[in-house]
Amino acid sequence: MPGLSFDNYQRNQFLTNSAGYNAPKATSTGTTIVGCKFKNGVVIAADTRATAGPIVADKNCEKLHRLAPKIWCAGAGTAADTEMVTQLISSNLELHSLSLNREPRVITSLQMLKQHLFKYQGHIGAYLIVAGVDPTGAHLFSIHAHGSTDVGYYLSLGSGSLAAMAVLERDWEPDMTKEQAMNLCAEAIQAGIWNDLGSGSNVDLCVMEVGKNAHLYRNHLTPNVREQKQRSYKFERGTTAILKQSIYNLVDVVEEPIATTGPDAMEVDS
Amino acid sequence: MSDPSSINGGTAVAMVGKDCVAIACDMRLGSQSLGVSNNFEKVFNYGHVYLGLTGLATDVLTVYEDFRMKTNLYKMSEDRDIEPESFANLVSSTLYQRRFGPWFVGPLVAGLNSKTGKPFICGFDFIGCIDFAKDFVVSGTATDQLYGMCESLYEPNLEPEDLFETISQALLNAADRDALSGWGAVVYVITKDKVVKRYLKSRQD
Repeated sequence: MPGLSFDNYQRNQFLTNSAGYNAPKATSTGTTIVGCKFKNGVVIAADTRATAGPIVADKNCEKLHRLAPKIWCAGAGTAADTEMVTQLISSNLELHSLSLNREPRVITSLQMLKQHLFKYQGHIGAYLIVAGVDPTGAHLFSIHAHGSTDVGYYLSLGSGSLAAMAVLERDWEPDMTKEQAMNLCAEAIQAGIWNDLGSGSNVDLCVMEVGKNAHLYRNHLTPNVREQKQRSYKFERGTTAILKQSIYNLVDVVEEPIATTGPDAMEVDS
Repeated sequence: MSDPSSINGGTAVAMVGKDCVAIACDMRLGSQSLGVSNNFEKVFNYGHVYLGLTGLATDVLTVYEDFRMKTNLYKMSEDRDIEPESFANLVSSTLYQRRFGPWFVGPLVAGLNSKTGKPFICGFDFIGCIDFAKDFVVSGTATDQLYGMCESLYEPNLEPEDLFETISQALLNAADRDALSGWGAVVYVITKDKVVKRYLKSRQD
């Protein structure tokens, strides 16, 4: 049966409440994400750090998700939730679009997302910035885990949202060019990367312009490349002590020489 | 009292090399401080796809058996073995299905795509968030130690024999700094034509 299953719920409630065990930490995206409208479209950007508690679990994860070819979404909060809710709505949006024989609209994805998140009363920890272009124009929205939505010309979400918003509030102006908007978003994400501990690594960007295809700039900026290591830590072969070894051969190699000249030669076109 | 993922202990790691991957785990199963088994392997395989599972031991076994069923049905339906990339998405969906009553496991997938030969590894959190790494992935009670060991010891494009040494040293030394991991170790080095399984000599304290 498809959908979410609550089979382990009772057992896990017992473990956490009566038996005193704490739940493990899910991967969170920490995160700085922004969205910004410009003259002829909208651009969104995100950092690329995923954390599990205080540890960086992924140094280059993808926080920009595709809801539709021209509708993209940046996700903060619980990483599994942002990924899954995005995939679910993307799938349903495509079916809806095929059924209606129309290009999908940003407000449709917004409604589908918020109704899903509200149903789960905030337990699905997805905080999203949704943006895109459709027959109605360019749009920029944000959604919170409990299901509330906001509209704006510039938005930021995640643990680094304050750092990013400081940059956006200072430098945003109406009717920017595409390049100006891209730079503004990159600067806002960088504010999060440097100043917020939950954000880091690289800047991903996605530009959605009216009348054009959306363009994803994966790792648009990489200001945190690790320097070349001073030395190689390769070990001498034989360093590790082995107790027992077994080899599983997947392929049986049989060598058979093939005669190309002489009486047994195979026939080939000369 | 701590979280379900650290009652039994155990740790695993997977790394990418030159046209090869390696996946390794310790052999300990305990009940908090009491060591119970030194024979509890945490790496399983479905055809040529390898799965490492740490966390609550009962869930490790249940999840292994559940995927065995799913991959067997896949094989009957598709008439071929499942590839690592597909299996990774299967793991993610299966875990997320239990979003509000999860399995307390930390899976790792490793293997070579049988058609392209491309090495593949990835890790997941307990609710299925996929971490597609191109270098290494870690899981278990010694993840902090493993992150440190791997980040320093790892270099790309290691030959199978060198990858074996690197992953072994990363696992052994990380496990030695974790009370809940150790009591033996197993390393699988997977290449196009063979898989070598080695049991390591390790500290037994």
